[in-house]
Amino acid sequence: MGAANDATWHEAVIRALKDNDVKLIVYVPDNVLKPLINAIHADAYFTAFTAAREEEAIGIVCGAAMAGLKGIVLMQTSGFATLANVLASLCVAAQIPALMMVSERGTLGEFQIGQAIVCRTMRPILETLGIEHHVMTRLDEAHFIVDRTIKQAHLTQAPAALILSPLLTGERS
Amino acid sequence: MSERRNVKVMNRFDLTKRVVAKLKHDEAVIGGIGNSNFDLYGAGKRPQNFYMLGSMGLAGPIALGVALAQPKRRVIALEGDGSLLMQMGSLATIAMLAPKNLTLIVWDNGIYQITGGQKTATAAGADIVEMARGAGLKQSAWANDEDEFERLVERALSGDGPWFIAARIDAKAAPHQTPREPVLIKDTFMRAMGVVPPSKG
Repeated sequence: MGAANDATWHEAVIRALKDNDVKLIVYVPDNVLKPLINAIHADAYFTAFTAAREEEAIGIVCGAAMAGLKGIVLMQTSGFATLANVLASLCVAAQIPALMMVSERGTLGEFQIGQAIVCRTMRPILETLGIEHHVMTRLDEAHFIVDRTIKQAHLTQAPAALILSPLLTGERS
Repeated sequence: MSERRNVKVMNRFDLTKRVVAKLKHDEAVIGGIGNSNFDLYGAGKRPQNFYMLGSMGLAGPIALGVALAQPKRRVIALEGDGSLLMQMGSLATIAMLAPKNLTLIVWDNGIYQITGGQKTATAAGADIVEMARGAGLKQSAWANDEDEFERLVERALSGDGPWFIAARIDAKAAPHQTPREPVLIKDTFMRAMGVVPPSKG
Protein backbone atom coordinates (compact mmCIF):
# COMPACT_ATOMS: atom_id res chain seq x y z
CA MET A 1 0.00 0.00 0.00
CA GLY A 2 2.89 2.32 0.67
CA ALA A 3 0.81 4.93 2.47
CA ALA A 4 3.92 6.35 4.10
CA ASN A 5 5.15 7.47 0.70
CA ASP A 6 2.25 9.79 0.12
CA ALA A 7 2.29 13.16 1.86
CA THR A 8 -1.00 14.23 0.28
CA TRP A 9 -4.13 12.64 -1.15
CA HIS A 10 -3.30 13.81 -4.65
CA GLU A 11 0.14 12.21 -4.53
CA ALA A 12 -1.53 8.94 -3.55
CA VAL A 13 -3.96 9.26 -6.46
CA ILE A 14 -1.20 10.01 -8.97
CA ARG A 15 0.84 7.04 -7.78
CA ALA A 16 -2.16 4.73 -8.18
CA LEU A 17 -2.92 6.10 -11.66
CA LYS A 18 0.68 5.45 -12.73
CA ASP A 19 0.75 2.00 -11.14
CA ASN A 20 -2.18 1.09 -13.41
CA ASP A 21 -1.13 2.85 -16.65
CA VAL A 22 -3.97 5.37 -16.46
CA LYS A 23 -2.57 8.08 -18.72
CA LEU A 24 -5.60 9.90 -20.13
CA ILE A 25 -7.14 12.48 -17.79
CA VAL A 26 -10.25 14.30 -19.00
CA TYR A 27 -11.86 16.72 -16.60
CA VAL A 28 -14.30 19.48 -15.90
CA PRO A 29 -12.59 21.42 -13.14
CA ASP A 30 -13.38 21.81 -9.46
CA ASN A 31 -11.61 23.76 -6.73
CA VAL A 32 -11.07 20.67 -4.58
CA LEU A 33 -9.45 18.87 -7.52
CA LYS A 34 -7.11 21.77 -8.25
CA PRO A 35 -3.95 20.33 -6.63
CA LEU A 36 -4.49 17.00 -8.41
CA ILE A 37 -5.14 18.70 -11.75
CA ASN A 38 -2.07 20.94 -11.35
CA ALA A 39 0.14 17.98 -10.52
CA ILE A 40 -1.19 16.01 -13.48
CA HIS A 41 -0.54 18.87 -15.90
CA ALA A 42 2.98 19.20 -14.52
CA ASP A 43 3.73 15.54 -15.24
CA ALA A 44 4.52 14.55 -18.84
CA TYR A 45 3.32 11.00 -18.11
CA PHE A 46 -0.27 12.17 -18.49
CA THR A 47 -2.34 13.48 -21.40
CA ALA A 48 -4.74 15.87 -19.66
CA PHE A 49 -7.35 18.30 -20.95
CA THR A 50 -10.75 19.78 -20.22
CA ALA A 51 -13.97 18.66 -21.87
CA ALA A 52 -16.91 21.00 -22.30
CA ARG A 53 -19.24 18.62 -20.45
CA GLU A 54 -18.78 15.61 -18.21
CA GLU A 55 -20.88 13.48 -20.58
CA GLU A 56 -18.47 14.28 -23.39
CA ALA A 57 -15.55 13.35 -21.14
CA ILE A 58 -17.10 9.94 -20.47
CA GLY A 59 -17.47 9.40 -24.22
CA ILE A 60 -13.79 10.22 -24.77
CA VAL A 61 -12.61 7.91 -21.99
CA CYS A 62 -14.88 5.09 -23.25
CA GLY A 63 -13.47 5.38 -26.77
CA ALA A 64 -9.95 5.35 -25.40
CA ALA A 65 -10.65 2.35 -23.17
CA MET A 66 -11.97 0.32 -26.09
CA ALA A 67 -8.82 1.18 -28.05
CA GLY A 68 -6.42 0.24 -25.24
CA LEU A 69 -5.69 3.54 -23.48
CA LYS A 70 -6.81 3.77 -19.86
CA GLY A 71 -8.32 7.03 -18.70
CA ILE A 72 -10.29 8.65 -15.92
CA VAL A 73 -12.80 11.51 -15.76
CA LEU A 74 -12.41 14.06 -12.95
CA MET A 75 -15.44 16.12 -11.96
CA GLN A 76 -17.51 17.45 -9.08
CA THR A 77 -20.89 16.20 -7.87
CA SER A 78 -22.94 18.61 -9.98
CA GLY A 79 -21.16 17.27 -13.06
CA PHE A 80 -21.84 13.70 -12.06
CA ALA A 81 -25.54 14.59 -11.88
CA THR A 82 -25.55 15.07 -15.67
CA LEU A 83 -24.34 11.53 -16.40
CA ALA A 84 -27.21 9.08 -15.83
CA ASN A 85 -27.95 8.67 -19.55
CA VAL A 86 -24.40 8.00 -20.74
CA LEU A 87 -23.59 5.73 -17.81
CA ALA A 88 -26.71 3.64 -18.43
CA SER A 89 -26.72 3.49 -22.22
CA LEU A 90 -22.99 3.37 -22.94
CA CYS A 91 -20.85 2.30 -19.97
CA VAL A 92 -23.21 -0.17 -18.29
CA ALA A 93 -24.95 -1.41 -21.45
CA ALA A 94 -21.72 -2.06 -23.36
CA GLN A 95 -19.60 -2.96 -20.28
CA ILE A 96 -16.97 -0.27 -20.73
CA PRO A 97 -14.64 0.45 -17.78
CA ALA A 98 -15.10 4.22 -17.53
CA LEU A 99 -13.38 5.43 -14.37
CA MET A 100 -14.66 8.48 -12.54
CA MET A 101 -13.30 10.53 -9.67
CA VAL A 102 -15.90 12.81 -8.15
CA SER A 103 -15.06 15.56 -5.72
CA GLU A 104 -17.97 15.49 -3.30
CA ARG A 105 -19.42 18.94 -2.97
CA GLY A 106 -22.64 19.71 -1.13
CA THR A 107 -21.91 17.94 2.14
CA LEU A 108 -20.08 18.43 5.46
CA GLY A 109 -20.34 22.19 5.66
CA GLU A 110 -21.38 23.21 2.19
CA PHE A 111 -22.64 26.81 1.94
CA GLN A 112 -24.07 26.55 -1.58
CA ILE A 113 -27.61 25.19 -1.42
CA GLY A 114 -27.62 24.15 -5.10
CA GLN A 115 -24.59 21.94 -4.46
CA ALA A 116 -26.17 20.51 -1.31
CA ILE A 117 -29.32 19.41 -3.16
CA VAL A 118 -27.62 18.03 -6.27
CA CYS A 119 -25.26 16.02 -4.05
CA ARG A 120 -28.20 13.87 -2.92
CA THR A 121 -28.65 12.52 -6.46
CA MET A 122 -25.20 10.92 -6.74
CA ARG A 123 -25.47 7.75 -4.67
CA PRO A 124 -28.99 6.82 -5.86
CA ILE A 125 -27.79 7.01 -9.49
CA LEU A 126 -24.71 4.89 -8.77
CA GLU A 127 -26.73 2.37 -6.77
CA THR A 128 -29.57 2.17 -9.29
CA LEU A 129 -27.14 1.41 -12.10
CA GLY A 130 -25.16 -1.04 -9.96
CA ILE A 131 -21.93 0.92 -10.44
CA GLU A 132 -19.10 0.06 -8.04
CA HIS A 133 -18.20 3.12 -5.95
CA HIS A 134 -16.02 3.88 -2.97
CA VAL A 135 -15.71 6.93 -0.77
CA MET A 136 -12.18 8.06 -0.04
CA THR A 137 -11.92 9.52 3.47
CA ARG A 138 -8.37 8.69 4.69
CA LEU A 139 -4.90 9.31 3.33
CA ASP A 140 -3.61 5.92 4.47
CA GLU A 141 -6.31 4.18 2.42
CA ALA A 142 -6.24 6.44 -0.62
CA HIS A 143 -3.75 4.57 -2.80
CA PHE A 144 -5.28 1.19 -1.95
CA ILE A 145 -8.81 2.27 -2.90
CA VAL A 146 -7.81 3.93 -6.18
CA ASP A 147 -5.46 1.10 -7.14
CA ARG A 148 -7.93 -1.70 -6.45
CA THR A 149 -10.87 0.14 -8.02
CA ILE A 150 -8.97 0.70 -11.28
CA LYS A 151 -7.88 -2.94 -11.38
CA GLN A 152 -11.37 -4.28 -10.76
CA ALA A 153 -12.96 -1.93 -13.30
CA HIS A 154 -10.67 -3.20 -16.04
CA LEU A 155 -10.68 -6.85 -15.01
CA THR A 156 -14.48 -6.94 -14.88
CA GLN A 157 -15.04 -4.41 -17.71
CA ALA A 158 -17.33 -2.22 -15.64
CA PRO A 159 -17.49 1.50 -14.85
CA ALA A 160 -16.52 2.63 -11.34
CA ALA A 161 -16.60 5.82 -9.31
CA LEU A 162 -14.22 7.13 -6.65
CA ILE A 163 -15.80 9.74 -4.38
CA LEU A 164 -13.41 12.23 -2.79
CA SER A 165 -14.84 13.11 0.63
CA PRO A 166 -14.10 16.44 2.33
CA LEU A 167 -12.79 14.21 5.17
CA LEU A 168 -9.84 13.50 2.85
CA THR A 169 -9.53 16.70 0.88
CA GLY A 170 -10.10 19.19 3.68
CA GLU A 171 -11.36 22.70 3.26
CA ARG A 172 -11.78 24.12 -0.18
CA SER A 173 -8.92 26.37 -1.12
CA MET B 1 -17.33 28.60 -50.06
CA SER B 2 -20.50 26.53 -50.07
CA GLU B 3 -23.34 27.22 -47.69
CA ARG B 4 -26.00 24.87 -46.41
CA ARG B 5 -28.74 26.40 -48.51
CA ASN B 6 -27.02 25.81 -51.86
CA VAL B 7 -25.62 22.29 -51.61
CA LYS B 8 -27.26 19.20 -53.08
CA VAL B 9 -29.57 17.10 -50.92
CA MET B 10 -28.19 13.56 -51.08
CA ASN B 11 -28.96 10.19 -49.46
CA ARG B 12 -27.31 8.99 -46.26
CA PHE B 13 -27.24 5.27 -47.10
CA ASP B 14 -25.70 5.99 -50.49
CA LEU B 15 -23.04 8.27 -48.98
CA THR B 16 -22.34 5.84 -46.14
CA LYS B 17 -21.65 3.09 -48.66
CA ARG B 18 -19.28 5.44 -50.48
CA VAL B 19 -17.39 6.06 -47.21
CA VAL B 20 -17.15 2.36 -46.33
CA ALA B 21 -15.91 1.52 -49.84
CA LYS B 22 -12.89 3.76 -49.23
CA LEU B 23 -11.82 2.06 -46.00
CA LYS B 24 -8.73 -0.06 -46.73
CA HIS B 25 -6.64 0.29 -43.59
CA ASP B 26 -8.80 -1.01 -40.73
CA GLU B 27 -10.11 2.47 -40.01
CA ALA B 28 -12.33 2.71 -36.92
CA VAL B 29 -15.83 4.07 -37.51
CA ILE B 30 -18.16 5.20 -34.73
CA GLY B 31 -21.81 5.29 -35.80
CA GLY B 32 -24.02 7.74 -33.90
CA ILE B 33 -27.40 6.68 -32.57
CA GLY B 34 -30.26 5.85 -34.88
CA ASN B 35 -30.06 6.05 -38.64
CA SER B 36 -26.37 7.04 -38.69
CA ASN B 37 -25.32 3.65 -37.33
CA PHE B 38 -28.15 1.72 -39.02
CA ASP B 39 -26.79 2.81 -42.39
CA LEU B 40 -23.24 2.03 -41.29
CA TYR B 41 -24.39 -1.48 -40.40
CA GLY B 42 -26.30 -1.75 -43.68
CA ALA B 43 -23.21 -0.71 -45.64
CA GLY B 44 -21.46 -3.94 -44.66
CA LYS B 45 -20.38 -5.53 -41.42
CA ARG B 46 -16.96 -4.46 -40.24
CA PRO B 47 -15.53 -5.39 -36.83
CA GLN B 48 -13.90 -1.94 -36.71
CA ASN B 49 -17.37 -0.34 -36.47
CA PHE B 50 -18.82 0.70 -33.13
CA TYR B 51 -22.59 1.14 -33.21
CA MET B 52 -24.09 3.34 -30.49
CA LEU B 53 -27.48 2.61 -29.00
CA GLY B 54 -27.78 5.54 -26.63
CA SER B 55 -25.75 8.49 -25.34
CA MET B 56 -26.93 10.77 -28.14
CA GLY B 57 -24.26 13.15 -29.42
CA LEU B 58 -21.22 11.16 -28.30
CA ALA B 59 -20.05 9.65 -31.62
CA GLY B 60 -17.46 12.43 -31.95
CA PRO B 61 -16.14 12.17 -28.38
CA ILE B 62 -15.94 8.35 -28.55
CA ALA B 63 -14.07 8.67 -31.86
CA LEU B 64 -11.75 11.24 -30.26
CA GLY B 65 -10.92 8.75 -27.50
CA VAL B 66 -10.11 6.05 -30.06
CA ALA B 67 -8.02 8.54 -32.07
CA LEU B 68 -6.00 9.55 -28.99
CA ALA B 69 -5.43 5.92 -28.02
CA GLN B 70 -4.26 4.88 -31.49
CA PRO B 71 -2.68 7.85 -33.35
CA LYS B 72 -1.68 5.65 -36.29
CA ARG B 73 -5.23 4.51 -37.01
CA ARG B 74 -7.69 6.72 -38.90
CA VAL B 75 -10.94 7.23 -37.03
CA ILE B 76 -14.27 8.43 -38.41
CA ALA B 77 -17.40 9.49 -36.55
CA LEU B 78 -20.75 9.45 -38.36
CA GLU B 79 -23.25 11.72 -36.66
CA GLY B 80 -26.58 13.42 -37.29
CA ASP B 81 -27.40 17.12 -37.05
CA GLY B 82 -29.67 16.67 -34.04
CA SER B 83 -27.02 14.67 -32.21
CA LEU B 84 -24.30 17.20 -32.99
CA LEU B 85 -26.44 20.08 -31.72
CA MET B 86 -26.53 18.27 -28.37
CA GLN B 87 -22.73 18.30 -27.99
CA MET B 88 -21.53 21.42 -29.79
CA GLY B 89 -18.89 21.88 -27.11
CA SER B 90 -17.22 18.67 -28.24
CA LEU B 91 -16.21 20.39 -31.49
CA ALA B 92 -14.15 22.88 -29.50
CA THR B 93 -12.52 20.03 -27.57
CA ILE B 94 -11.60 18.26 -30.80
CA ALA B 95 -10.23 21.49 -32.29
CA MET B 96 -8.20 22.10 -29.13
CA LEU B 97 -6.57 18.66 -29.35
CA ALA B 98 -6.42 18.66 -33.16
CA PRO B 99 -5.94 14.90 -33.68
CA LYS B 100 -4.54 14.36 -37.17
CA ASN B 101 -6.30 11.01 -37.55
CA LEU B 102 -9.90 12.08 -36.82
CA THR B 103 -12.72 12.89 -39.24
CA LEU B 104 -16.26 13.86 -38.34
CA ILE B 105 -18.93 13.29 -40.99
CA VAL B 106 -22.26 14.87 -40.17
CA TRP B 107 -25.56 14.15 -41.94
CA ASP B 108 -27.90 17.11 -41.93
CA ASN B 109 -31.52 16.55 -42.90
CA GLY B 110 -32.89 19.28 -40.65
CA ILE B 111 -35.05 16.85 -38.70
CA TYR B 112 -35.06 14.45 -35.79
CA GLN B 113 -35.87 11.71 -38.26
CA ILE B 114 -36.22 8.75 -35.93
CA THR B 115 -38.71 10.42 -33.59
CA GLY B 116 -41.11 11.53 -36.29
CA GLY B 117 -39.45 14.25 -38.32
CA GLN B 118 -39.59 17.19 -35.93
CA LYS B 119 -37.45 20.08 -37.17
CA THR B 120 -33.94 20.65 -35.84
CA ALA B 121 -32.46 24.13 -35.61
CA THR B 122 -30.46 23.54 -38.80
CA ALA B 123 -33.76 23.70 -40.70
CA ALA B 124 -34.09 27.29 -39.44
CA GLY B 125 -30.63 28.21 -40.66
CA ALA B 126 -28.06 27.02 -38.12
CA ASP B 127 -25.05 26.09 -40.26
CA ILE B 128 -23.05 23.25 -38.71
CA VAL B 129 -20.01 23.86 -40.93
CA GLU B 130 -19.79 27.46 -39.82
CA MET B 131 -20.23 26.33 -36.22
CA ALA B 132 -17.42 23.79 -36.64
CA ARG B 133 -15.20 26.43 -38.18
CA GLY B 134 -16.03 28.79 -35.34
CA ALA B 135 -15.05 26.06 -32.88
CA GLY B 136 -11.61 25.99 -34.49
CA LEU B 137 -11.94 23.16 -37.00
CA LYS B 138 -10.36 24.89 -39.98
CA GLN B 139 -10.84 21.94 -42.36
CA SER B 140 -14.63 22.08 -42.37
CA ALA B 141 -16.70 21.84 -45.52
CA TRP B 142 -20.09 21.16 -47.03
CA ALA B 143 -20.07 18.54 -49.78
CA ASN B 144 -21.66 20.12 -52.85
CA ASP B 145 -22.56 16.76 -54.37
CA GLU B 146 -21.63 13.07 -54.26
CA ASP B 147 -18.39 13.53 -56.21
CA GLU B 148 -17.17 16.27 -53.93
CA PHE B 149 -18.18 14.24 -50.88
CA GLU B 150 -15.97 11.41 -52.09
CA ARG B 151 -13.07 13.79 -52.74
CA LEU B 152 -13.40 15.27 -49.24
CA VAL B 153 -13.43 11.81 -47.65
CA GLU B 154 -10.35 10.83 -49.67
CA ARG B 155 -8.53 13.97 -48.52
CA ALA B 156 -9.50 13.29 -44.93
CA LEU B 157 -8.28 9.68 -45.14
CA SER B 158 -4.96 10.56 -46.73
CA GLY B 159 -3.88 13.88 -45.20
CA ASP B 160 -3.74 15.44 -41.76
CA GLY B 161 -6.95 16.08 -39.83
CA PRO B 162 -9.03 16.85 -38.02
CA TRP B 163 -11.68 17.12 -40.72
CA PHE B 164 -15.34 18.09 -40.46
CA ILE B 165 -17.41 17.08 -43.51
CA ALA B 166 -21.11 17.87 -43.68
CA ALA B 167 -23.65 16.56 -46.17
CA ARG B 168 -27.26 17.54 -46.62
CA ILE B 169 -29.39 14.43 -46.84
CA ASP B 170 -33.00 13.52 -47.54
CA ALA B 171 -35.53 12.19 -45.04
CA LYS B 172 -35.38 8.53 -46.08
CA ALA B 173 -35.13 6.11 -43.15
CA ALA B 174 -32.32 3.56 -43.05
CA PRO B 175 -33.22 0.32 -44.85
CA HIS B 176 -31.56 -1.82 -42.16
CA GLN B 177 -31.38 -1.76 -38.36
CA THR B 178 -28.37 -2.67 -36.25
CA PRO B 179 -28.97 -5.57 -33.83
CA ARG B 180 -29.09 -4.16 -30.30
CA GLU B 181 -26.27 -6.21 -28.82
CA PRO B 182 -24.06 -3.68 -27.04
CA VAL B 183 -21.70 -6.13 -25.32
CA LEU B 184 -21.09 -8.08 -28.53
CA ILE B 185 -20.59 -4.84 -30.47
CA LYS B 186 -18.09 -3.55 -27.90
CA ASP B 187 -16.23 -6.84 -27.63
CA THR B 188 -15.96 -7.16 -31.42
CA PHE B 189 -14.79 -3.55 -31.75
CA MET B 190 -12.16 -3.90 -29.01
CA ARG B 191 -10.67 -6.99 -30.58
CA ALA B 192 -10.62 -5.27 -33.97
CA MET B 193 -8.65 -2.48 -32.27
CA GLY B 194 -6.16 -5.12 -31.11
CA VAL B 195 -7.31 -5.00 -27.49
CA VAL B 196 -8.41 -8.17 -25.74
CA PRO B 197 -10.82 -7.50 -22.87
CA PRO B 198 -8.89 -8.77 -19.82
CA SER B 199 -11.74 -10.75 -18.31
CA LYS B 200 -12.20 -12.72 -21.51
CA GLY B 201 -8.64 -13.94 -22.02
